[in-house]
Amino acid sequence: MGRKLLLEHEHVPGIDGYEVYRSKGGYQAVEKALKSMGPEAVVEEVKTSGLRGRGGAGFPTGMKWSFIAKPEGKPRYLVCNADESEPGTFKDRYLMEKIPHLLVEGLILSSFALGANTAYIYIRGEYKWLVDVMEKAIGEAKHNGWIGKNILNSGFNLEIYVNNGAGAYICGEETALIESLEGKRGNPRIKPPFPAVSGLYNCPTVVNNVESIAAVVPIINLGGAEYAKIGLGKSTGTKLISACGHLKKPGVYEIELGVSVEEFINSEEYCGGIRDGHRLKALIPGGSSVPVLPYHLIYKTANGDQRLMTYESLADGGFATGSMLGSGGFIAMDETTCIVRNTWSFARFYHHESCGQCSPCREGTGWMEKVLHRIEHGHGNMHDIDLLVDVAKKIEGNTICPLGDAAAWPVAAAIRHFREEFEYHIKYPEKVKGIYAHLPDYSAVPV
Amino acid sequence: MSTTEKEIKFSEATMARVHELISHYPEGRQKSALLPVLHLAQNEFGGWLSVPVMDYVASVLQLEPIEVYEVATFYTMYNQEPVGQCMIEFCQTGPCLCGGVEPLIEYTENKLGIKLGETTPDGKFTLKGVECLGACGYAPMAQIGKYYYEHLTPAKIDRIIEEFGKPGWDPHKKHEI
Repeated sequence: MGRKLLLEHEHVPGIDGYEVYRSKGGYQAVEKALKSMGPEAVVEEVKTSGLRGRGGAGFPTGMKWSFIAKPEGKPRYLVCNADESEPGTFKDRYLMEKIPHLLVEGLILSSFALGANTAYIYIRGEYKWLVDVMEKAIGEAKHNGWIGKNILNSGFNLEIYVNNGAGAYICGEETALIESLEGKRGNPRIKPPFPAVSGLYNCPTVVNNVESIAAVVPIINLGGAEYAKIGLGKSTGTKLISACGHLKKPGVYEIELGVSVEEFINSEEYCGGIRDGHRLKALIPGGSSVPVLPYHLIYKTANGDQRLMTYESLADGGFATGSMLGSGGFIAMDETTCIVRNTWSFARFYHHESCGQCSPCREGTGWMEKVLHRIEHGHGNMHDIDLLVDVAKKIEGNTICPLGDAAAWPVAAAIRHFREEFEYHIKYPEKVKGIYAHLPDYSAVPV
Repeated sequence: MSTTEKEIKFSEATMARVHELISHYPEGRQKSALLPVLHLAQNEFGGWLSVPVMDYVASVLQLEPIEVYEVATFYTMYNQEPVGQCMIEFCQTGPCLCGGVEPLIEYTENKLGIKLGETTPDGKFTLKGVECLGACGYAPMAQIGKYYYEHLTPAKIDRIIEEFGKPGWDPHKKHEI
């Protein structure tokens, strides 16, 4: 059994309430930090832990914290990114639903470390019921003296508030999130200045993912060095993986980084294998923005090494033969999956979610959606495949925020690994017309 | 509920919540409460944001109306026109596609006699296709009102259509299906 640091008590009845959470060692990390450590020591422990941002980018959290500017007379803010919207990802929701106090405790620790007296949790608009869940947990924590003025006589003051979005994937990008939190359209800002210098209300701001903030709790309890012993190499600690698609047991699992992809998919401890009578065909390991892996590159890298659930191993081979750990949105697809239709669905998603600021993304995502729709519905021609590659290349790297890359990469990767399926749709339009008659005859396509 | 100018006023309870939301932000930053307040307005004034409702929100938050319009039209959860009493929002992105949402949408469309984006003539149901709702492991699913309804089947759709169209059905409660 892998070690669990975040979800250890997920099945304890009442763990979503204060009393049970406290009885299981909850808020001990706050006592430790505020009574005996001090803010700098908390930052140091997080740096030592090697924790990397769990929202998708994988940037070292301690380093991000150390960039925060500390000008006199300006408040600093911590903003928790709970705008979980990356297709395939539903781990933050699970964590907030099951153990909301873990996030509250992490927010207290992180705010203390940063010298922030106000923290905001920005929850995606569709998770409407989670606003109640988090406000209840915040209220309980406040009632018990963990939030408010002069917490534990440390002189540290903190208030935590919840804000919610209204249906915009782009607000998961940290500067778009800040704009949205200011009550504006979610248009990403040009960086620099980075939020650490000029973020919310032009004040120094750190934006961290729900899971990153929650992970600070075990880091303080264990110590950064102990935390860093878990995992593999630079992929330290544990990670929540939200597994979905054609698996026997989809759901949210906490893994020690370093577990093999094969074990994660097939062992009873995790996903229990691909559904009966079917074969794994493709895997998107880190949310829809990361490149899809075809069957022969899932369990092993191009070099023949075992593929592991780490930042490094999943990226092994670069974009030619690798992918990314990303947000941990793990989408397994069996041989019944039409890659063209799936890619079109993601292209439609990115077109819908583009904020429209940058022309390459605004126009390019629309082009990709239309061309993919045409191919999927039996009206494509062979030039369309190269056209898609061309459009993807022209979006990539040419936008203010990474949504453009996120839209381009899946299309480019699908064509790289499954070109024959695109060609099949174009060569045999009569076989792919109609909503459900679209699946190519996979007996003709090597899986 | 209609949204004639005369009736556009938050209830006392809602207005108290609005003031509480404003208090979460620094002095002069009440615009930060705009998104949550628009959600409250949509809930209270018939499920969509008419121009008079947006103007009212602008006056409550001391903003220019354009500041409200540009936000209300950017975010997909704000409805620009009236919707049915029960809006079924099917997630149709990749993982739900793998989970079989398409046949389920077709089933629902046939059952109600409307397509995605349309409302039944009696005003009871609106069908909408939306992008990833973050319930990928529990596909196929839909958001109805405040809550998610997951692992949907045609039988569950039948029950939803039977129960959720009844007068007085509350979209803010979680219903067993």
